[in-house]
Amino acid sequence: MGEPLLAVVGAVKEFGDRVKTRALDGVDLSLERGSFVALTGRSGSGKSTLLNLIGLLDRPSAGKVMVDGTDTSDLDDDALTLMRARTLGFIFQFHHLLPAFTALENVMLPEWGDRGFASQDLRDRSEALLRSVGLSDRLQYRTADLSGGQQQRVAIARALVRSPPLVLADEPTGNLDTASSKEVFRLMRRFNEEKRTTFLIVTHDPRIADECDRVVEIVDGRVASDRVRSGR
Amino acid sequence: MSLINKTLGSQPHVTVRVPREAARPLAMASPSVAVARSVQVSAQRLRSIDQWPVVMTSIEQLRGVVAVSPTVSGAAFAVRGDAKLPVVVIGIDPERFVAIIDVRTRMRAGRFEVAGDDVVIGSVLASDLGVVVGDKIRVVTTEGKSDTVTVSGIFTLGNRAADQTWMMTSLRHAQSLYDLPGGVSVIDLKVADVFDAERVASEVRDRTGLEAESWMVRNAELLSGLSAQNSSKWMIQFFVVLAVALGIASVLIVSVVQRSREIGILRAVGTSRRRVLLVFLIQGGVLGLVGSVVGSLLGAALAKIFEGLVREPSGAPKFPVVLELDLFVAATALAVGIGLLAAVIPARRASRLDPARAIQNG
Repeated sequence: MGEPLLAVVGAVKEFGDRVKTRALDGVDLSLERGSFVALTGRSGSGKSTLLNLIGLLDRPSAGKVMVDGTDTSDLDDDALTLMRARTLGFIFQFHHLLPAFTALENVMLPEWGDRGFASQDLRDRSEALLRSVGLSDRLQYRTADLSGGQQQRVAIARALVRSPPLVLADEPTGNLDTASSKEVFRLMRRFNEEKRTTFLIVTHDPRIADECDRVVEIVDGRVASDRVRSGR
Repeated sequence: MSLINKTLGSQPHVTVRVPREAARPLAMASPSVAVARSVQVSAQRLRSIDQWPVVMTSIEQLRGVVAVSPTVSGAAFAVRGDAKLPVVVIGIDPERFVAIIDVRTRMRAGRFEVAGDDVVIGSVLASDLGVVVGDKIRVVTTEGKSDTVTVSGIFTLGNRAADQTWMMTSLRHAQSLYDLPGGVSVIDLKVADVFDAERVASEVRDRTGLEAESWMVRNAELLSGLSAQNSSKWMIQFFVVLAVALGIASVLIVSVVQRSREIGILRAVGTSRRRVLLVFLIQGGVLGLVGSVVGSLLGAALAKIFEGLVREPSGAPKFPVVLELDLFVAATALAVGIGLLAAVIPARRASRLDPARAIQNG
C-alpha cells in the first residue's frame, strides 16, 4: 500500500479563549487514493470541524494534517490557499454557488480565482464537465435560475474542474429531494470510479453512508468506528 | 483667477509716483519750549518724478518686472457742445503702455493712434459726449489750459471707470497740457507674477524713495474677498474629498459584509488573499473612475448652463466657465486615487475573512 492521500494525525481542535471547547479530541484518519468514504455522526459531533481541517480552511490546535505527503502545519496562508486550489475540491450542502454568475462561470471559478484569467482550455473543460453532469443546456443560466439538484450538479462540476485528487462533500444531498439526491450521489460515484477521485462525504443519511465503501463515525470529537463495507 | 485677470486688465500691477507734498512746520517743540501749532495739509499739485529716465531704468532692472511705462496723468474736462465731462488725461508712450494694458486689442472703433493731437477714449465717454471716430473734442485741464483733440479710436477695457473717464494722448501732448516739459508724473509697472506685486512695490520704495502702490493695496477688498473665496474653495474641496472617500468606503464595507459568503467561497476554492484584496481595490478605483466621469459630465453641463444664465449687459458671461482637459484628467486621477485609498480598509477586511466562518455565517 502506498502513501495515503490524506492523513490526519492526532488532530485536536479547541475553540474559545477562556473557556475552551474541544470539538475534536485526537482524531486519526487516513484516506487512500480512489477511496469513497462517508463521514457520519450526529450534529455537533465534530464532523464539520474535521472537514474544515482536512479542507485546509482551519488549522488544528494540536496534531497535523498531511495532504499528499505534505505536512500542512508548516504552510503559510498563501501556500494553504494554493494547495486548496490545486489538491482539493469542495461540495457544500447549500452548494454555495455565486448567484450573479452563470453555471459555466461558477465552474471556471476555482482556476480563474487562482490564476487570475480564464483560458480556452479551462472553458472547454468546464463545458465538458457540465455536459457530463447533464447540464449541457444550462451553461449560460445564472445559478439562481437553476433547481436545487441542478445547482448541486454545478457544484460537483466546480469541485472537479481542476481534477483534484480529493473532493470533500459536506452534506451534498442534505438539501435535495430523493431523486436529486440519488442523481448527485450517482455522479460522485461515477467520477470516483472513472477518474479515481477520492471522495470524503459528510452525511447524516444512512442510505448514502451505506452506499459508500467505508464509513467513519465521529462521536464527541473522536473516531468511534471505522468500517469498510464488505465486498469493497 | 479670471476675476483677477479681468481686474488687472485695466490697471498696472504697480504705480510709481512722487510722494505727497507735506508742510514742514518751522516751529519745533523742545524740552524747554512747548509749541501749540496748527499745520494745514498741503494741496497736491501735479509734479514730475525727478530724473525719471534714471529711475525707470533702475526699476526695469528689478527682479520680476516685465514692463515699465512712463505716463503723465492729470484731470481735465472734455467739452463738446453743451456736454462737459470730467476725464483723466493719460499721456503715454504707446508701445510701452500696451505692454502694461493691452488697449490695442480692445479697440471698439478706429485705431490705437495717439500721435499729434489724436486721442483714444473710452466707449462710455464717447457715448456720453456723443462722439465717433474723427470727431473733435475740446480738453480743458484743471490748470486752465485748453486744446482741441481728434478722436482716433474708442476702446472698451471692461472697467466702467476707465471706459467712462480715460482719454489717452501722446506723452508729449500731455506734458504740454500739464506744463511738465520732459517730465512724467507716473511710472506704471507690470510684473511677471501678479501676487509678487507688493514685494516689487516695496523694493521700488526702498530703492527710489518714491511712492509705489501695488494693485494688491489698491484692491485690498478684492484680494481679501478672493482670499476668503480661496479658503472656502479649499474647505469645500476637502469636505467633498472626505465625503467621496467615506461614501466609497462605506459602499465597499457594506459590499464586503453582504458578500462575506461569496468571498468565503472564493477563498475556499483557492482564491488568494492578495487577489481578493486586489478585486476590492480595483472596485474602489472603478467606483472613483465612474464617479469622476459621470461627475465631470454633469458638472460641465451644469456649469455651461449656469454660464449661459448669468450674463453681463454686453452679453458676455458674467462667470465665464473655462473647461480644460487638464482639469478633467486631474479630477479623474484624484477620484481614482481617493477610490483606491478608500478601498484599502474594506479590501483588507475582505482579504482577511476566515473562509470557513464566512461560509458558515454568511
